[in-house]
Amino acid sequence: MNVTRRDSDFGKKVIERSGTDINRCLHCRCCGGGCPFIAAMDPPPNNIIRLVQLGMKKQALESSTIWSCVGCHTCSIQCPMAIDIAAFMDVLRGLAIEEGAKIAEPDILGFHQEVLGSIRRYGRTHKLEIMLRYKLKTRDFFGDMNVGLKMLARRKLDLLPSKVKAMAEIRKAFERGKSRALQIVAEKGENP
Amino acid sequence: MNAPKNRVDIAYYPGCSLATTAKENNRSLIRFCNRVEINLVELPDWNCCGSSSAHSIDSDLALDLAARNLSLVPKGMSLLVACPNCLLRLNGARLHLKNDPEALKRLEAEFGRSIDADMKILHFFELLATVDLKSLEGPGLKGLRFVPYYGCMMARPPGMMDERPEQGQMEAALKSLGAEPIRWGYASRCCGTFLSVARPDVVTPMVDDIIKGAVKAGAECIITACAMCHMNLEVRHTISKKVPILHFSEALSLAIGESDKDWFTRHLIDPRPLLRSKRLISQ
Repeated sequence: MNVTRRDSDFGKKVIERSGTDINRCLHCRCCGGGCPFIAAMDPPPNNIIRLVQLGMKKQALESSTIWSCVGCHTCSIQCPMAIDIAAFMDVLRGLAIEEGAKIAEPDILGFHQEVLGSIRRYGRTHKLEIMLRYKLKTRDFFGDMNVGLKMLARRKLDLLPSKVKAMAEIRKAFERGKSRALQIVAEKGENP
Repeated sequence: MNAPKNRVDIAYYPGCSLATTAKENNRSLIRFCNRVEINLVELPDWNCCGSSSAHSIDSDLALDLAARNLSLVPKGMSLLVACPNCLLRLNGARLHLKNDPEALKRLEAEFGRSIDADMKILHFFELLATVDLKSLEGPGLKGLRFVPYYGCMMARPPGMMDERPEQGQMEAALKSLGAEPIRWGYASRCCGTFLSVARPDVVTPMVDDIIKGAVKAGAECIITACAMCHMNLEVRHTISKKVPILHFSEALSLAIGESDKDWFTRHLIDPRPLLRSKRLISQ
């Protein structure tokens, strides 16, 4: 790990965007200790905070940790310094896309793209289409086939989407997204 | 407090899950509300709250999508949100707009509708607290031994610490209707949410732990507060012991003698044998 390549403004930018002061972190490791997803994280959440504090942007943005966090807030509740770790992870994911970092969990990003693509098309999520497009994108045609068929049999997956009428209002929300991340993601969501 | 004598109108946001995969959650909720004279007025032309994906990538988009729904709430009405994830998103957006008058102004102009940043956004549990459950006629829940499962979305990020916690309300309500809550360690454990799709290898052991916890606690069923959790528990478990999983609204409706066999055939783990053995359904 090259510690000489640092972006000294990185920490400041993350704090500004997330509205949570990661410099309060005591590195007590409560966050990782209680995280249900810790097994899928490398490194644990407080190490990401440390990387950002040190301006080690590349290591932070290319970690699997930021993608495995689902924002369940288990860590935020346990954090003795009340750091909104989920909001911090939100910002890092957006920055990872904007900065063109290597995405450690492309399938998770792919799923988000499909969900956002569905909202952009219909204003609501159409789960069957999201699943089918996701399968097409990841070329994993047989994984979870069993689950999908069971859900269809139990009428859990509607065949047709339900659509918002005032779609112009939805499109406006997508146009405004100030982050480049959204534009990149939305475009890819349209063309898998 | 007595059940309201006159019908009360309340704006209602079902969200994508209740409108599609968890229709049985939606229908049983509406059925229960009907019986207690609460009239749910579905928000006209509501949109997705942004779910987990919008805020994961772009907080601006998450705010705008949630705010559009707030702009649809009729003036002076409270908003009932049935899904904990949607609730977190919509209430989070409301709090954001309350502290950011500029964003509020921009969004009001964008939608051409006013947004009341002080509106009351309720979870169903809060509404339930105003109903005198004991006065409702019905078979009750006949000692049904359950573990309450709130999932993680009832957890509050630091910015929402002052909002009322919901934990404990499910036990209190269902106990007053004759069910028997069992304490366990998994009530607020995250179900894995959307990682269920991209990383089933991560979510499966988490779900199995939760189901095993319910078996160990001696529960006859798990009762969920969240439609997303309900689905993940049903879809991702791999252990052979099948514990039926009921939506909270289904349990409430059963207690007052309201049910529809169409709700239970939509479950992946068939709850009917248990419900029949408890004489909560006949067919």
